[in-house]
Amino acid sequence: MPLLNTLPDYVLTTKTDELLNWMRKSSIWYMLFGLACCAIELMHTGGPRADLDRFGAVPRASARQSDLMIVAGTLTLKMALRTRLLYDQMPDPKYAIAMGSCASCGGLFQLAYSVCDGVDKILPVDVYVPGCPPRPEALTEGLLKLQEKIMTERWLVRSPNGKQVAAA
Amino acid sequence: MSTLRTEEMTLNMGPQHPSTHGVLRFVVRADGEVMREAIPDVGYLHRSIEKIAEKVGYRGFMPYTDRVDYVCAMFTNQGWGMVCEKLAGIEVPKRGEYCRVIAAEFNRIASHLLSVGAMAMDIGAMTPFAHVIREREMINDLIEELCGARLTFNYMRIGGVAWDLPPGWREKALKYLDHFDPILEEYNALISWNKIYIERLANVGVITPADAINYNLVGPNLRACGIKWDIRKDIPYSVYPEFEFEVPVGNGQWGKLGDSMDRYVVRIREMAESSKILRQALEKIPPGAVLAKVVRNFKPPAGECQIRVESGRGDMGWYLVSDGTGYPWRVHVRTGSFAAMGIIQKLSAGLMIADLVTLIASLDVIAPEIDR
Amino acid sequence: MEALQILERVKNRFGDRVLEISEKKPDPFAVIDPNAIVEVGRFMNEDPELAMDCLSNESGVDYKDRVEVVYHLFSYQHRHGAVLKVKLPRDNPSVATLEGVWKSANWMEREIFDLLGVNFEGHSDMRRILMPEDWIGHPLRKDFVEPPEYHGISTVRESPIVRLDTKKK
Repeated sequence: MPLLNTLPDYVLTTKTDELLNWMRKSSIWYMLFGLACCAIELMHTGGPRADLDRFGAVPRASARQSDLMIVAGTLTLKMALRTRLLYDQMPDPKYAIAMGSCASCGGLFQLAYSVCDGVDKILPVDVYVPGCPPRPEALTEGLLKLQEKIMTERWLVRSPNGKQVAAA
Repeated sequence: MSTLRTEEMTLNMGPQHPSTHGVLRFVVRADGEVMREAIPDVGYLHRSIEKIAEKVGYRGFMPYTDRVDYVCAMFTNQGWGMVCEKLAGIEVPKRGEYCRVIAAEFNRIASHLLSVGAMAMDIGAMTPFAHVIREREMINDLIEELCGARLTFNYMRIGGVAWDLPPGWREKALKYLDHFDPILEEYNALISWNKIYIERLANVGVITPADAINYNLVGPNLRACGIKWDIRKDIPYSVYPEFEFEVPVGNGQWGKLGDSMDRYVVRIREMAESSKILRQALEKIPPGAVLAKVVRNFKPPAGECQIRVESGRGDMGWYLVSDGTGYPWRVHVRTGSFAAMGIIQKLSAGLMIADLVTLIASLDVIAPEIDR
Repeated sequence: MEALQILERVKNRFGDRVLEISEKKPDPFAVIDPNAIVEVGRFMNEDPELAMDCLSNESGVDYKDRVEVVYHLFSYQHRHGAVLKVKLPRDNPSVATLEGVWKSANWMEREIFDLLGVNFEGHSDMRRILMPEDWIGHPLRKDFVEPPEYHGISTVRESPIVRLDTKKK
């Protein structure tokens, strides 16, 4: 390590991937997408006690400005088509958290005729947060899990077929 | 100059929109900045709760009632409890009724707080919303200690409530009320009498008393039109006749009678009245059981009835048809938000597009209550 | 006035077009001839002693052999209420709208049309309100079967929970 030893103390060295991931994970802007009961807990998570902002997660009103879709609440069939549209409007890289039992698997409303049993039927989900509704602490934990996941991504290494390689 | 071609503009608002309070959609037909008509499109949160009631039985339906109106779930709990009790002729123990009233009034404060906070946020003031969430967290702590849940309580049962007040809870609740009463003043000083705020709300979305009744508006929306009508006073239920409280009505002090500002102020005043009721209830609460003896396999006799509860969004009607089995034949919930949405199309004509947001906020509509 | 007195007064005015007054506890109700519902509604709204200024609730019930539409009327002036019903056949049920008497009927009738398939003649805007426009069937009918998919979204879980409704008789 001859080169590293020559650098002064105030210079940090890192890998490009890690730098990119660190920047991405520290500014996850989530879309204000409250569907049902969980939306109130989502508000509380952004509120003064749980304070999601300290992890760099800031609410955005538009899908085109956001990196993360927190699907907070029951997804009905009527809403499912619109949700897919919103997800398609988000720029890459994009992530989704299924907040609450309803978004994860239909939850209480599996008996219903008009409810889509789980948001994973229409879009890929990164983190599932159980609870009906989950506490703000649980959603914060979900966001931290997503940050862990983001840190393991490799954007510069490409696989032989040209696709990005997920974390080892 | 040759004539400019003009045409009507059709805008889509929602279902994902930060100020529609859930998933509402409006198709706005506008002439420039002025709306000709805003046509509401609801049903994005229709979770078939009424059909589920027919599948899960009387006791199993209680958690689902929380989801009818998650902002004030105690009242939906209470409504379902009351309609079953009326049909089966069950008497709730006195202490159980007191517990219900205490839980419900705390929930009313939390519900109105969210309503006024979200209204300020929709108009562009973010700070009051943070204050509101802070207060709601404290109420959530109290309710969590009472029933173990922050939002969907499932606290009440057919025949009373699930748990008695925990030891030391009464003192904590009184201590919170001592903290809460000055908060209202702080809140008023912060936002209510702000000139910009009043300008945005006064004279917007004026509802006449005759229209309010014809369109079946209820609760604070009806009272803001100057009609002194509160189910707690006028068709008394539970133990409300034992308490002294005022019914705040709109007076058109800032603009016309029945405008958005009146609806806002009625909610602020109602919180103070709820605090008054809570103090009396916590003072007077008698000892005894909280849950009447109800058979495990609850089967009310065949018949039908309706009850009305004054929820945070007004008169909530529960209509139950029983065929004598362990499963309800039909449940229908008449909610305040459903009626309030019905009037928006009429009120929107001639309003500015920006005022649609304040109109929705001032009517305090909640998506699951519309769609159920 | 008590609910039964109100219904008696309507019976005196309309005779045999009020088909039945039930004392079914706890809430009494009157069954009205479907052809006369608008007339009865208008009378109850305009009669100074009844003055039913508010249609508080309108809902529909499917009884397997018939469909009923239930009207809960209320008077803010006199603080009393009454319940009316009309019984309709299950195939193509149709009844005149009360929108002309009470404005609140508009949305509630749309909901009944959507969920129970009752057609309201003369209604200004008879569209589905809660379900999507392209939905097939009326979900609150007792014989409604959940479709297996909607626009390619399967409504069946791979590992379904134990359905409580199968236990029902």
